[in-house]
Amino acid sequence: MDFNHSDDRQMLADTLGRYLAQKYDFETYKRIAVSESGFSRETWGALAELGIIGALFGEEAGGFGGSGFDISVVFEALGRALVVEPFLGTLMAGRLLADRHDLLEQVIAGTSILAFAHFEPQGRYDLTELATTAVRAGDGWVLSGAKAVVPQLEAADHILVSACTDGGLGKSAGLSLFLVPADAAGVTVRGYPMIDGGRGGELLLKDVTLGADALVGPENDAFDGIEATVAAGIVALCAEAVAVMAVLRDATLDYLRTRTQFGVPIGKFQALQHRMATVALEIEQARSAVINAAAALDGDRWHRERAVSAAKFTTGRVGTLTAEEAIQMHGGIGMTWELPLSHYAKRLTMIDHQLGDEDHHLERYVLLGTEAGEA
Amino acid sequence: MDLNFTSEEEAFRAEVRLFLAEQLPARIADKVRTGKRLTKADMVEWHAILNARGWLANHWPVEWGGPGWSVVQRYIFDVETALAHAPRIIPFGVSMLGPVLLEYGSDAQKQHWLPRILDGSDWWCQGYSEPGAGSDLAGLKCAAVRDGDDYVVNGQKTWTTLGQFADMIFCLVRTDPKAKKQEGISFLLIDMKSPGVEVRPIILLDGEHEVNEVFFTDVRVPAANLVGEENKGWTYAKYLLTYERTNIAGVGGSMAAFDWLKHVAGAQKKAGKPLAVDPYFAARLAKLEIDLENMKTTNLRVLASVAHGGAPGAESSMLKIRGTEIRQEITALTRRALGPYAQPFVSEALDEGYNGEPIGPDYAAPVAAEYFNNRKLSIFGGSNEIQREIITKAILRL
Repeated sequence: MDFNHSDDRQMLADTLGRYLAQKYDFETYKRIAVSESGFSRETWGALAELGIIGALFGEEAGGFGGSGFDISVVFEALGRALVVEPFLGTLMAGRLLADRHDLLEQVIAGTSILAFAHFEPQGRYDLTELATTAVRAGDGWVLSGAKAVVPQLEAADHILVSACTDGGLGKSAGLSLFLVPADAAGVTVRGYPMIDGGRGGELLLKDVTLGADALVGPENDAFDGIEATVAAGIVALCAEAVAVMAVLRDATLDYLRTRTQFGVPIGKFQALQHRMATVALEIEQARSAVINAAAALDGDRWHRERAVSAAKFTTGRVGTLTAEEAIQMHGGIGMTWELPLSHYAKRLTMIDHQLGDEDHHLERYVLLGTEAGEA
Repeated sequence: MDLNFTSEEEAFRAEVRLFLAEQLPARIADKVRTGKRLTKADMVEWHAILNARGWLANHWPVEWGGPGWSVVQRYIFDVETALAHAPRIIPFGVSMLGPVLLEYGSDAQKQHWLPRILDGSDWWCQGYSEPGAGSDLAGLKCAAVRDGDDYVVNGQKTWTTLGQFADMIFCLVRTDPKAKKQEGISFLLIDMKSPGVEVRPIILLDGEHEVNEVFFTDVRVPAANLVGEENKGWTYAKYLLTYERTNIAGVGGSMAAFDWLKHVAGAQKKAGKPLAVDPYFAARLAKLEIDLENMKTTNLRVLASVAHGGAPGAESSMLKIRGTEIRQEITALTRRALGPYAQPFVSEALDEGYNGEPIGPDYAAPVAAEYFNNRKLSIFGGSNEIQREIITKAILRL
């Protein structure tokens, strides 16, 4: 039993943490988060140079990491600084592109950015409810459909798109993945700001004609890969969430110690002490859930999926508690744009709206529990 | 035990509904219903419509322009206007300063200021909180020193809601720095156009400019603008905070917001079916609806005790706590209902006349911002922690 990271991984975390502390302070965040592009290409390049993107991928894909704990240390550091750059899409799309060595080399070098466009407007958080279709045309394919709320879609040079190649809605069979250049004819990106900073976008595909080489992975059999890469995305988001929680906890503790009312620091009031104790212990529970999920990421499907749904449920529940209590215990000042606190609270709340919320993953955990193959 | 309204009260409800159907501008109701931004002009327009009917200051005495309603009539009016998506009555003049002047103001003050509240000549804002005096309001420092026929005011107020629109501010100021902290406070009316008054916006987490800081530097205020006696301001301040409590639970607003939540949950789909019938979401909706139904009766029980001569005391703290928690849960569930579409936020989409294509469902635009904005409900007007202190001391006697 050892709950410490390996030396290499710890060094990576320290390097990233130091860089972000120096170059991605709150003022920088505020500037980038509401900017026209919603991210900084310069920052992206610098983080690539530090090896942060390479850490998200295994050696077979040209990276030097890619395990659950590599992902969690990176996203924890990113979460602490509220980094809005397109790491999540790059992680999820990149893991499915392991055999595209040339492209991944550019991705790891920071010269090419990926988005993962899977969820659809009618599908909520369902992994299989797809209406986007890909139809064979000659040697290639024609794609049509719509994808919903893709993080940093406008930043992407290549978009990994899921589509039905056989069968209808609500089925995990008959799905395939396609690599779509962002500038392909028939691709429309509608970008918009997100309430927690950065940008997202709606992807419209209208008779997008692609060559045979656009197909990624096995035809009609993409679901397992999609589920596994979403699991990695969930580990990333949960790690980010726990880091955000820790920032909120520390800021609130600091406030409880320094804000004076009725002649004493408000942290002297037992009513607040006990609530803060609850927040602190729940955050530790959430951290444990993330460790469980990161450890299970590279294991068998059933244990992996149970662990990631448990983690996403836990961080969703604890995230809401932590964000709301942090604002409440700060009072009015916790509601202001000026203080970092409200931005962390918004980010934490919105993580529950990505890749399935608390209710979605509780239901999923229940369903997985009733599945036969739990050996 | 009879939970029904009397036939007279039902007739009154019909009268209010008819008035709203005829007089509430559809343009404004539509903005309220869909979560669009109201302008100062919208709020002023609605006040003028209510005032023309004599219903603006509906808790004032008849001699000063009130309609002579019972607390139950006021409750019915609050609920019906909220369900019709009318804007709320801006409380600072009508519901806060008005009752203080009626109780403690001089005849000259009443005759000068009360008609101006009704006809909209003065937009009032509230100068209570300071950076160092929030929950501990009596710790305020903003100082007023008597100099001839004037007071000279120096200091700062904060969280001044809609102060950017205000003509006047009623302030708690310290007039005796040596007295016990509750005993050196006075209640002063200050013209926002006076030299030395500066208003600075505070931008909230949803990007909105709703509250302000107000700075006073050697601001001269005529001594005639002192309400009541010098150093008795704390009494008036407490009176203001406890006076207008029939609507503190915000039941009408929560009923309207809950209807909207049900509409959203019915329109949102999960696995092809309405989210409202998903067992997980349906359980959340049901718990909230039960809470709201309970709150309606708790609220009416408190009102009934007032109507029969009892005084609403610390019970209003219960209404404030549970009422705001219910409203916050409604906004949290509406946010949850949207799924991924809670994330996009196009601020301009909340302005009247915005023609852009909606991102996702057409009701999505304001939802997450409203959730974040409504975190204020458990903070302002005496935080819910302070309300629990009041219950602990005044009701439970612990």
